[in-house]
Amino acid sequence: MKRLISSLKITSLAIVTALTIASCGNETKESATNKKASVNAAAIVVSGTIDAELTSPPNVPKPVGNRPAKKLIVNMEILEQEGTMTDGTTYIYWTFGGSVPGSFIRTRVGDEVEFTLSNHPDNKLPHNIDLHAVTGPGGGATSSFVAPGHEKTFSFKCLNPGLYVYHCATAPVGMHIANGMYGLILVEPEGGLPKVDKEYYLMQGDFYTKGANGAPGLQAFDMKKAVAENADYVVFNGKVGSLTGDNAITANVGETVRLYVGNGGPNLVSSFHVIGEIFDKVHVEGGSLINENVQTTLIPAGGAAIVEFKVDVPGTFIIVDHSIFRAFNKGALGMLKVKGENHVNLYSGVKQEGIYNPEGGTLQEMPDDPNAKKVVVNSNKTLEEKIKSGKDLYTKTCFACHQANGEGIANAFPPLAKSDYLNADVNRAIGIVLNGKTGEITVNGEKYNSVMTKQTLTDVEIADVLTYVYNSWDNNKTNVTTSQVQQVKNGH
Amino acid sequence: MKTIFRLVIGSLFLWINNVNCQSEMVYIKGGTYTPLYGRDSLQVSISDFKIDVYPVTNQEYLEFVKEHPKWKRSKILSLFADKSYLINWKSDTELGDNQNLKAPITNISWFAANDCCQSQGKRLPTIDEWEYVAMANEKMPDARRLENYNQYILSWYEKPKTFNNEIGSSFKNYWNVWDLHGLVWEWTSDFNSVLISGESRKDVDNDSNLFCGSAAIGATDLMNYAAFMRYAIRGSVKAKYTMKNLGFRCVKSIENNN
Repeated sequence: MKRLISSLKITSLAIVTALTIASCGNETKESATNKKASVNAAAIVVSGTIDAELTSPPNVPKPVGNRPAKKLIVNMEILEQEGTMTDGTTYIYWTFGGSVPGSFIRTRVGDEVEFTLSNHPDNKLPHNIDLHAVTGPGGGATSSFVAPGHEKTFSFKCLNPGLYVYHCATAPVGMHIANGMYGLILVEPEGGLPKVDKEYYLMQGDFYTKGANGAPGLQAFDMKKAVAENADYVVFNGKVGSLTGDNAITANVGETVRLYVGNGGPNLVSSFHVIGEIFDKVHVEGGSLINENVQTTLIPAGGAAIVEFKVDVPGTFIIVDHSIFRAFNKGALGMLKVKGENHVNLYSGVKQEGIYNPEGGTLQEMPDDPNAKKVVVNSNKTLEEKIKSGKDLYTKTCFACHQANGEGIANAFPPLAKSDYLNADVNRAIGIVLNGKTGEITVNGEKYNSVMTKQTLTDVEIADVLTYVYNSWDNNKTNVTTSQVQQVKNGH
Repeated sequence: MKTIFRLVIGSLFLWINNVNCQSEMVYIKGGTYTPLYGRDSLQVSISDFKIDVYPVTNQEYLEFVKEHPKWKRSKILSLFADKSYLINWKSDTELGDNQNLKAPITNISWFAANDCCQSQGKRLPTIDEWEYVAMANEKMPDARRLENYNQYILSWYEKPKTFNNEIGSSFKNYWNVWDLHGLVWEWTSDFNSVLISGESRKDVDNDSNLFCGSAAIGATDLMNYAAFMRYAIRGSVKAKYTMKNLGFRCVKSIENNN
């Protein structure tokens, strides 16, 4: 027996040596440490039993800190239920724990998780769960396949630290995922992750509906679009606007924010980005490799990442999938609102404005004396000409946020079409184009709390673009003149 | 006189309908079809048979229980049905307040369904018989390639609480059979012969016709999501299971003397 062991030792020593020779020293050292960690994890003895705290997004449970490994009881219920996709549009979501993404599970290396999956009796379909954190066949899917009105229990030991996706793996798998059956499970290393000030849970998903984006009423899942990977909605946390306006996540200047970001898919890969922030640290793909100073991190479908950054200046930071049409046209847009003191040495805001007139360019130079020439130029234009030029300007300047038909983007950018706010006060509208606008406003009964920057347009251009807007989409047909613009500009 | 005549006819109908599970049947002409599982070359032959026009209703099952007390909720052996058996009934012989007499019976086990059919000289359909009849739409015996056929079934999966709708409220298909899609799932005699392990992506490797994965290489129609779901639900149950969305109907073989 002893001889057998020692011969084994020699063999494994030979293998290790071979590896060392084959690869560079650094790498071998690292993989050896990893190996050691997972071997140790299997040997960790648990002490005591606790019930897992489960949270719905964007919240996460309390950190594990330095608690010892325990037996962790997780009870998760599957609910098939109608929910809101966007204003006026609903969808039948299939959920782990009643939310999309499903409840966040927080464990540590060495924990023994006893997982009970219950399928609500009102549900029509069998389901199961495949946790990517599980080492075992199907990630638990085989052991958790459960009919409506029944429950299944299985257990597993957390061997590898990291942030992992879980999802349903019942046929048709794609449809179960497309309907929202995914979430995240975090396995913290011994001693926990370093302490931060704020932690949030975000997960991207793509949805395929019978009607196009924005079509009202209860929308059914569209299998053809799903197979073609032609998503109608790409959203964070299961719906448009789950992280905007009052639902925005928050932090204070000086705090470190950690986001646990997953991507449920089913199809699309996320180019995760926070506008105006640089990730100080990214746990690449949710694993142990840490990258620093990252602008945009790629999150595969069925994958995750942990991103951390210190917020240094106040303001609203927009969270997007930088495959950018998804953000502005399909819903993949969230907000982080940071409160606190301004630090002009870090970010100045606008310091100075001027006219940029490149040689041979077509931009009009703004005259030193606006009262002299401009009025003359303007008076020659008919209403039709103004609308035509206004339309061009709109397409260049306003379209990205307010959209092609002035419909805006729910919870982010207010509509200009049939807009009560717009039609109520033309001078206010001129003022907003001239000076920008921040803070809460109510348009057509909906609250918006966003930022519109100051627009660098000439007075004539402002008159034209506003005339176009007022003469489109059921607005009140006001003809805005250049002199009105000048009055607002000079007066008050 | 006329009134009395009508009454007699009426009660005759009532009587016919009330004899347990003794619902109207229609003739199904057999043939061959390609099931979801297996290769294209694998055709299954179906002999002629008769099938219930509607799923068995609450009322019909109530009569059955009255005549066969061993299927009463208080009497049932736990071997033959789980704890949810007739769970929404008020008592052994009374439906729950919100339950419709003419809605399909649900929360019954395979054993109960099987016995109810046998008590009237019928049996549960095989998976192949059920699928053969259910692949029809209103006009065609095999509508599985039509997008709206699949869409109709998928939209049912998304409608809550259809188990309490009356029979005859979905559609009558090519064979004059109602409600195969749109109200409830239905038991089949050999529901567990096409096994799904629960890990649907793994089932691809299994040798026999044990499979289901939507990524499965062996499936004949990867777009038939509706059928994948039926196979999934069949794979998830055991004979003693009862579910709110699972009912049954019966069939009868046709004796062939030739």
